[in-house]
Amino acid sequence: MTQSVVAPARVRPTSVKPPKKRNANQRRQNRAAYIFVAPFLLVFVLMLLVPLFYSGYLSLFATRLVGGSQFAGLTNYIRAFTDPAFLSGVGRMGLFLIIQVPIMLALALFFALAIDSGRVKGAGAIRLLIFIPYAVPGVVATLMWGYIYGNDFGPISQVFRAIGFAPPDLLSAGTILGSIMNIVTWEFIGYNMIIMYAALRSIPTELYEAAEIDGAGQFRIAWSIKIPAIRPAIMLTVIFSIIGTFQTFNEPSLLHGLAPNVIDNAYTPNYYAYNLAFTNQDVNYAAAIAFLLGIVIAVVSYVVQLSTQRRETKNS
Amino acid sequence: MTDSLLNIAPYGASKLSDEYTPWVWNQVKQGSNVWAIPQDAGPMGNLFRTDILKKAGITTPPATWDEYATEAATVKSKTGAYMSNLASNDAGQFLGLLWQAGVKPFGYDGDKGVKVAVDSADAKKVADYWQKLIDNGSISTDPDFTDDWYQGLANGKYAGWLTAAWGPSFLQGTAAKTSGLWNAAALPQYSTSAKVSGNWGGSSDAVLKTSKNPIAAYEFAKFINNDTESTLQFANKQFLFPTSTKTLESSAFTDEKAAFYGGQQVNKQFAAISATVDTKFQWLPYMDYAYSSYNETVGKALANKTSLSDGLDAWQKDLVTYGTQQGFSVNK
Repeated sequence: MTQSVVAPARVRPTSVKPPKKRNANQRRQNRAAYIFVAPFLLVFVLMLLVPLFYSGYLSLFATRLVGGSQFAGLTNYIRAFTDPAFLSGVGRMGLFLIIQVPIMLALALFFALAIDSGRVKGAGAIRLLIFIPYAVPGVVATLMWGYIYGNDFGPISQVFRAIGFAPPDLLSAGTILGSIMNIVTWEFIGYNMIIMYAALRSIPTELYEAAEIDGAGQFRIAWSIKIPAIRPAIMLTVIFSIIGTFQTFNEPSLLHGLAPNVIDNAYTPNYYAYNLAFTNQDVNYAAAIAFLLGIVIAVVSYVVQLSTQRRETKNS
Repeated sequence: MTDSLLNIAPYGASKLSDEYTPWVWNQVKQGSNVWAIPQDAGPMGNLFRTDILKKAGITTPPATWDEYATEAATVKSKTGAYMSNLASNDAGQFLGLLWQAGVKPFGYDGDKGVKVAVDSADAKKVADYWQKLIDNGSISTDPDFTDDWYQGLANGKYAGWLTAAWGPSFLQGTAAKTSGLWNAAALPQYSTSAKVSGNWGGSSDAVLKTSKNPIAAYEFAKFINNDTESTLQFANKQFLFPTSTKTLESSAFTDEKAAFYGGQQVNKQFAAISATVDTKFQWLPYMDYAYSSYNETVGKALANKTSLSDGLDAWQKDLVTYGTQQGFSVNK
């Protein structure tokens, strides 16, 4: 604010005197900028906006096997709001969010702080090991865990049997959500840890020195300096996790093969949309579900962001 | 559906009707229209482990469903094995059993009229039969074609498999360790006077309306499913049980002895079963949905060992709702 009051005096002469030349120059620069972003814009419009509008358009119709396609207005959306299958899927993912995301992010933060503290031997190797699961494609990870969970042949069951206990059924109705949480946590701890770790590295080290002189221990430094300093990075991981959670698809879709009676068509909203489109052949309703899911994600992300911002302003 | 397929009757397909098993031919024609050339079919039979049954004192396969139920209880108590598995995720198997019992759960007039009767008294009679076997623990209700299920077939958890004609070859790959211990028989019967069976799975080759070369497409579909050499290759090298009468009667097919089944002529057995399949079974124009809805209703009842009759009611309700939503006139 103070700078803008001072600045005009110096800037004005140059901006007033040769206006034409500068405009031409700027126009050329603008043109170059547009040319540079054109490839991206083209792909963005063709591959994202057009399909998005098309599915929005589709969601307003109802196609029947008999009678074909007819404009239906918001019927599909109204149907979704009273569809127990869709609502239970969203509810399940809400539960997933409340339980799995805090556990995963707390672990990621713990590992990031531990590696950043510089007191762990072989930190580089450990960092790599924790990150590796993220490099494993989700499909492969789920297939692998599916094998580990297997009742008759999985290693967990075998160990239990070897000790003489009844093996737990990790793919039953009561346990499978926990089993999926475990897979997702395993996969994404490394990813979130790297984001937090990168943010930790950018904190000026003078702060730590100053804190140490003031007599703060490592835990105090972590709590009062490091975590507040990387709050934006943590928020980023929270938002990514919310989006990822509601879009869960790979895990239920692959585990369906192992536990077909436990994972139903609408186990997650995304899986529901897929089944609606490709099994029920109801593309219109599937499009409506996909849109609603997008809205749910936007609302939840916004509420989370808003509530943390409010807390921040209150604190300061 | 009939908007995308070409009626191949004018191309000569109507002349082929005598060359295929009648009940199969009924599946590809509608009035005077023919929509596809049959490829393979799955008349149902009973595959069972002779060694496990012998341990329970059973030497001949059960001829009636009553015998099957009694023997199932004996097998369970003497050997710990399940007589068979009624899959909780496979409408095909259950529909095959309904088919055998003469139940007509579906109907379609080719236009708007759809009949759904999965909750009929006949269907419930079949369900009640299985309910008893499930409740007393003599059969299992695991989902099929899963890793656990493959293991179950290979390690003797199941003493038998009520399956289709493609099952025998399939099983050889799945349970190779148990080679020689299996045998094939017809399904147990409801009455001793007439032998009947149902069908589970099958395929056909159709010509699309958009085809630029319909004559060539039709001739190819005909060749691969009609030529003696081609159908024999399908039958003996793939899991495709033939539908052409010529192949079903050919000694190159029926005389093959399968070591996996202790040298039994399994093909001959299933060729005989194929002749006993009820010809009048019909489908819905939305079977994809019906199958997935089955898993959420009857399948759930099987898996949780709750009332199958309630499951059928729920399935019925679901199929009627969906059909009506899709613009069909259901049960009117």
